Amino acid sequence: MEAYISLFVKAVFIENLALSFFLGMCTFLAVSKKISTAMGLGVAVMVVQTITVPANNIIYHSLLKEDALSWLGITGVDLSFLSLLSCIGMIAALVQILEMILDKFFPALYNALGVFLPLITVNCAILGGSLFMIERDYSLGESVTYGVGSGFGWALAITVMAGVREKLKYSDIPGGLQGLGITFLTAGLMSLGFMAFSGIQL
Amino acid sequence: MSARNFLDSIEPHFTKGGKLEKYYGLYEMVDTFLYTPAEVTRGATHVRDGNDLKRTMTFVVIATFFCILMAWYNTGYQANVAMEAMGLDKADGWRSLPMMIFGYSPYNPLSNLVHGALYFLPIYIVTLAVGGVWEVLFATVRGHEVNEGFLVSSMLYTLIMPPDMPLWQVALGISFGIVIGKEVFGGTGKNFLNPALTGRAFLYFAYPASISGDSVWVAVDGYTAATPLALAASGGLDAVHEAGYGWMQTFFGFIPGCLGETSTVAILIGCAFLLYTRIASYRIVGGVFLGMLIMSSVFNFVGSDSNPMFAFPWYWHLTVGGFAFGMVYMATDPVSAAMTDTGRWIFGMLVGVMTVLIRVVNPAFPEGIMLAILFSNMFAPIIDYFVIQANIRRRVKRHA
Repeated sequence: MEAYISLFVKAVFIENLALSFFLGMCTFLAVSKKISTAMGLGVAVMVVQTITVPANNIIYHSLLKEDALSWLGITGVDLSFLSLLSCIGMIAALVQILEMILDKFFPALYNALGVFLPLITVNCAILGGSLFMIERDYSLGESVTYGVGSGFGWALAITVMAGVREKLKYSDIPGGLQGLGITFLTAGLMSLGFMAFSGIQL
Repeated sequence: MSARNFLDSIEPHFTKGGKLEKYYGLYEMVDTFLYTPAEVTRGATHVRDGNDLKRTMTFVVIATFFCILMAWYNTGYQANVAMEAMGLDKADGWRSLPMMIFGYSPYNPLSNLVHGALYFLPIYIVTLAVGGVWEVLFATVRGHEVNEGFLVSSMLYTLIMPPDMPLWQVALGISFGIVIGKEVFGGTGKNFLNPALTGRAFLYFAYPASISGDSVWVAVDGYTAATPLALAASGGLDAVHEAGYGWMQTFFGFIPGCLGETSTVAILIGCAFLLYTRIASYRIVGGVFLGMLIMSSVFNFVGSDSNPMFAFPWYWHLTVGGFAFGMVYMATDPVSAAMTDTGRWIFGMLVGVMTVLIRVVNPAFPEGIMLAILFSNMFAPIIDYFVIQANIRRRVKRHA
């Protein structure tokens, strides 16, 4: 249990996908103008991350890994070179299915997430999460924890970013820096604050 | 001709249409620095207080008076003690010249004071000069006023420098703090991080060798003295006692450390002044203290076999390192802290909790207050947002 808690904390703060690895920057910079939308997107990322990381974990361990096909009687086959491809396909497919399910059974949530759900398919934080999972050889339980944690960390980062940007509406930013320029600077300064966690060993 | 008449006589050159119109910011700076501005509020106003930005900022600088005094005294004292221990009878470089009059005895208060001042003043002058150039440059180009806020930033920035800091790094740090931390957002009041701390954090990660470790806290080359906090990080309270530091010593500030952060008692005098004049929010100060108290008690209660910092009591957390200085002068920055009353408590608590968290569980940084405040600055807007949302919900329910 303790290992899972520390993995969660690590995924949220120490190895924050947005502010330590700078993953998912396009949506992070583009959809952080308003706090409410940013929170919607954050929740969507968290949901998708929670589903895709374990799903990819199952596929990787039962199909792609070296000797993973031994349950079919095939040995000595290593398909792990396909993992990048399968992760992308998996994410795209899952988001589609998730969208349909939400549309059918949870219309309120579907409407709340709106356009962000399909957008997430191309969010590199999602793919990054799955690839980190493969690289670090997480078990199924760990991958669930990592999925929730990294998704939550990203959601936290974009919400904080949106808060700062709403405050910066009252700033007097030089012409050349308005818009994306100051957002990049803000993201950089924020990751300076997140350096507080770097170096913590859990 | 008095200075007032002179200023009035040259004013037409600087106002709109004059040939020096571009430099109005400079004129305005000198004018309002020397005299009360002639502008008065027009129309129907709701005056709560006669306090303006200028007086607020000036009060903060006044509040640091005892910190500056202790910065001079303690820096000189530490340097003199180190020189005595190393058997040196003469400081290196230009400082030996004025020090010929005073000698290097750590028992001579005047010698301590002057020796410390000789380390403090170069840093302060460089900070003022470099930061001032940026400030005036931006004010001139962008047409806003040169603000007294800069005086506060530069004073606080100086007080959180190690005494031996190379001056070019000091200049680089204040440049980063003023330009990236403040001016790109539009100047005083528009930024979201504390500019002085932003500059220091920049130096901390860019030049760790000159702002962390054991050899930078006493202004004598080649002398290593770990700060009590660094000792505690490696060996807990026992290591601090072993090195001969008592609590009273850390409270009064006769320990190695950054220029102005060592003396808790000097900081608390400034704190009382700031709280009495209501410049600093008591909610933030209280929140930081409470957060530190709660978090360190939790760690004390949990305990750990491998990490001696778990057992570090709260009254030591208060006096060692930069906690007190950050609590009183940095966290209370009205621009980068939370704006709502409830938010200020939460913001303060976050600072306190984070500080202890970094000190105890992060082996990379012995001190946590700087990054804790920057981290909380980021969260301040979102804290305010949730406080306001909760308020709206409560009122809707009440009037439904």
